[in-house]
Amino acid sequence: MRFTDEFRDPDKARTLVGEIARLAAPLAAMRERPLQIMEVCGGHTHTIFRYGLKSMLPQDSIEFVHGPGCPVCVLPMGRVDDCVALARDPHIILTTFGDAMRVPGSQGSLLQAKADGADVRMVYSPLDALQLARAHPEREVVFFALGFETTMPSTALTVLQARREGIRNFSLFCNHITIVPTLKALLDSADLRLDGFIGPGHVSMVIGNRPYDFIAKAYGKPLVVAGFEPLDLLQSLWMVIKQLAEGRCEIENQYTRIVPEDGNQQALAALTEVFELREFFEWRGLGSIDHSGVRMRREFAAFDAERKFAVPNLAVADPKSCQCGEVLKGLIKPQQCKVFGTACTPDKPLGALMVSSEGACAAYYQYGRIDVKDRQPRAQGVS
Amino acid sequence: MCLGIPGRIVAITDAGSKLGMVDVCGVRRQINLACVIDEDHPLESCVGDWVLIHVGFAMSRINEEEAALTLELLKQLGEAQNELDALRRVEH
Repeated sequence: MRFTDEFRDPDKARTLVGEIARLAAPLAAMRERPLQIMEVCGGHTHTIFRYGLKSMLPQDSIEFVHGPGCPVCVLPMGRVDDCVALARDPHIILTTFGDAMRVPGSQGSLLQAKADGADVRMVYSPLDALQLARAHPEREVVFFALGFETTMPSTALTVLQARREGIRNFSLFCNHITIVPTLKALLDSADLRLDGFIGPGHVSMVIGNRPYDFIAKAYGKPLVVAGFEPLDLLQSLWMVIKQLAEGRCEIENQYTRIVPEDGNQQALAALTEVFELREFFEWRGLGSIDHSGVRMRREFAAFDAERKFAVPNLAVADPKSCQCGEVLKGLIKPQQCKVFGTACTPDKPLGALMVSSEGACAAYYQYGRIDVKDRQPRAQGVS
Repeated sequence: MCLGIPGRIVAITDAGSKLGMVDVCGVRRQINLACVIDEDHPLESCVGDWVLIHVGFAMSRINEEEAALTLELLKQLGEAQNELDALRRVEH
């Protein structure tokens, strides 16, 4: 075990791992299976792999289930196709984050559309897209907005700024999603056996801890909001397991240095002003989930690309060979997918989870590679 | 985009739009400060603050130690360089 140079407090890490193992063993024995703890956020998935946390913990009593918290990964192909269609309009400059450029649609990615001559530009911030709109009043600048509540305030504040300045050639193609309804949908799914959650850090920085209360109250599962350092994750895992051992289920906050109990009021005010819940939204791998996406309120129609332009609104089924959905539900591990590391690699992603470094499959590919023991049973059972 | 990056506010550049200049590992960029100000901590008092920045918006005030730890984490995850490259990017 490499506790020495990688952890800023190796003694504490060692103690936590020991305590986790001690508390988890009887709980796993009682269930006759390992405890299944979902880390919701893709950033946490990345840390778990980078620091090899999985291999430090007793595998027969603890299992991480990698959650759906990578917004790039869960974007359905139809929305990417819509975006490519918008980008092909010669009046439009389509702008987005670098992460979104490589997400595969059924007709290729935005990067490919750009290579084919569409005016697609990678920006660091929605504010840069607004600046492009100021600089090109003769063009329409569309910002392909995506992400959870972490990035939602930035697009909301940018739209509010555009309205203050009376900018008419700026709009959002809004694909923001919200994690809480998706956690509820996962908890309602019959084949899920999760014992607890490690909650997202930076989404919670915006929304606070209260929106998770139902997970403890209605579903009887503990959730601990966690920071992104390896020590944060070990401590959060210990807090979840301690709750299970003591028969408690509560929403706790390990990341108090960033996450205020009630979230960020300025950010919440901006996103409430601009956005409202959609009736449903499509997630790659998970299908349609009620109230899991947001759209712009009617007052902001002039800044809403879906109202301003003829967006084809394409629905495209996930590729048949892709098992991202099963991975997202924790039913199989990435390396048990039929196309993992063969037809689907980080250089040529087929499924969404291979696209971003925060996707579970890309993380397995980069750090875990193929664990033969895990792969064999599945390989035999799949036709 | 989700992990963010720490930076230090070095100047207020546009009080009306709540914009300020940050220094992120020597890269300077104008960002929006609306989410880290309130009555108790107005815009004028932000210079010198360390903040966690997500896609051009300061989202949380942090202390210097937290900033250093977060930056070290980003380096180890291989994300720091991507974020700095993105910060430098300007489209015209």
